[in-house]
Amino acid sequence: MKTRVASGAAALAVLVALPAVLSSYQLSLVTKMLIFGIFAMSLDLLLGYAGLPSLGHAAYFGVAAYTVGLLALRVANNFWLDFPAGLLMAAGVSALFGLFALRTRGSYFLMITLALGQVLWGIAFGWRSLTGGDDGLPSVPRPDLSLPWALTGGIPFYYFVLIFFAVAVGALALIVSSPFGRALVGIRESERRMEVLGYDVWRYKYVAFILAGLFAGLAGNLFVYFNGFVSPSYLNILFSASALLMVILGGSGTLLGPAIGAAVIVGLENFISGYMERWVLVLGIIYVLVTLFAPNGLVGLVRQRLSGPAT
Amino acid sequence: MTFWITQALNGISFGMLLFLLAAGLSLIYGLMRMLNLAHGSYYILGGYVGLAAMRATGSFVLAALAATATVTLVGVVMERFFLRRFPEQELPQALLTFGFLLIFADLTLWIWGGTPQTLAKPEIFERSIRIGAIVFPTYRLFVIGVGLVIGLGLWWLQEGTRLGAMIRAGVDDAEMARGTGVNVGLLSTAVFALGAFLAGLGGIIGGPFVGVYPGADFEILEMALVVVIIGGLGSLKGAFVGGLVVGLLDNFGKALFPELALFTVFAPMAVILAIRPTGLFGAR
Repeated sequence: MKTRVASGAAALAVLVALPAVLSSYQLSLVTKMLIFGIFAMSLDLLLGYAGLPSLGHAAYFGVAAYTVGLLALRVANNFWLDFPAGLLMAAGVSALFGLFALRTRGSYFLMITLALGQVLWGIAFGWRSLTGGDDGLPSVPRPDLSLPWALTGGIPFYYFVLIFFAVAVGALALIVSSPFGRALVGIRESERRMEVLGYDVWRYKYVAFILAGLFAGLAGNLFVYFNGFVSPSYLNILFSASALLMVILGGSGTLLGPAIGAAVIVGLENFISGYMERWVLVLGIIYVLVTLFAPNGLVGLVRQRLSGPAT
Repeated sequence: MTFWITQALNGISFGMLLFLLAAGLSLIYGLMRMLNLAHGSYYILGGYVGLAAMRATGSFVLAALAATATVTLVGVVMERFFLRRFPEQELPQALLTFGFLLIFADLTLWIWGGTPQTLAKPEIFERSIRIGAIVFPTYRLFVIGVGLVIGLGLWWLQEGTRLGAMIRAGVDDAEMARGTGVNVGLLSTAVFALGAFLAGLGGIIGGPFVGVYPGADFEILEMALVVVIIGGLGSLKGAFVGGLVVGLLDNFGKALFPELALFTVFAPMAVILAIRPTGLFGAR
């Protein structure tokens, strides 16, 4: 436990020091990695801890991003109004979808979360007068917090995101190590046993579902400020599936693994897109290779290496 | 009145196309508990291979043969060499099939480009027929006919043949079926091949009126998923009824409420989910 706290503090120190050594372009890439890291960690709460493989997690990210974007553009660019509203919408939509999705399990759960996610994609795509349809919402402004450092600058915005990232990691660490988090792992391992022990399994899963939606919403909020733009592609199945890939690639059921997976995918996309047009093909191959050769993720591979060849 | 009849026939023919796709998805799920997200790829693969074969030979029948043979082969390779390694593990199956969905999406874009294409209809179905004031293209009637024939054929296969009995046994209890001497491994490959064949056929049949284009794989997959959610996974009857319902909802939705086109399909799905999570005809 002590070494984990120490290595966490060291990692945080590195992240705090990064703006001193990185170019502004590299820093914005790291900012994106942190935001997608929160997104991937939020899905891991469902997948890695509660054992619920959602294929519609983009819904909560996207609904928060659209909420913040629409409020900032059409109502007022007021952080204290828009930001909580985005979180509230994400939690609300996940509370609604959870009622449907949690009546099922396994492949059915995958399929229903996918289909529910597509409902929102359909609305964002079709309801042009509100959402701008396929063109999305352009020119979403960054919030003005009346600080001495305007968030339009790359470095202040990086620290803005880093604070939320650290808060999210801390909150998720508390959640997964709490009795609630332990119960989720128990449910993942054997739902029936937990039921026999007197746990209200549905209620635990439902709360986990809403919490995962809330943290995905946090990532969506930050993303729309970061990107200044949101389009239906942040609601669709491609984005949901890439979150699953990030979690598996990093290591599901570990706290920071998914954030590492997110950083790897964001980094690879940036690197490969710079050289060739066929990123989608490469991404497809990554899905296949990860499933075949790294089902326990990078964290799993490292652990395997450390503990020597499997006996 | 003309509007309603024309739209209804359009909806039914689209529903029959969806039935071809959903039937395969549903059969594969029924036997293997597997969600094949690459099923939409089989549609565009069938369409594009058919297009190429049509240009080379000029024959719709040869194009249909080439397309379905290619897609069936792709399905068998996927099942034998990849999916077989992950029995009953829905997450690796989903990731693997999604990976293939992306790979085929980008490969077809690379080879055939981004312009939407339509297949030429077989010559005898080029014309339209007129009943009173209503003009209806014969090709749409042909599609409805194909759907009905395939539906009857699948029903006979499932209820009237030895193979069908083995499939039903496998669906009910794979372990017991294996115990009574059914080769479930081979059966899985056969069912997967059949599902891929039907989806490839969908690509050929749908090519002349839905078309093939980048993104059609995702759209068709989503529609087919809604069909099986409404009809119930693993049920042939469900795929048929669900296909009709979704085909009609989609057509009338697009004609009457263009802004909410997809919503008219998804909202009833949510209602059915709320009432019957396993769909209209789903067993579990």
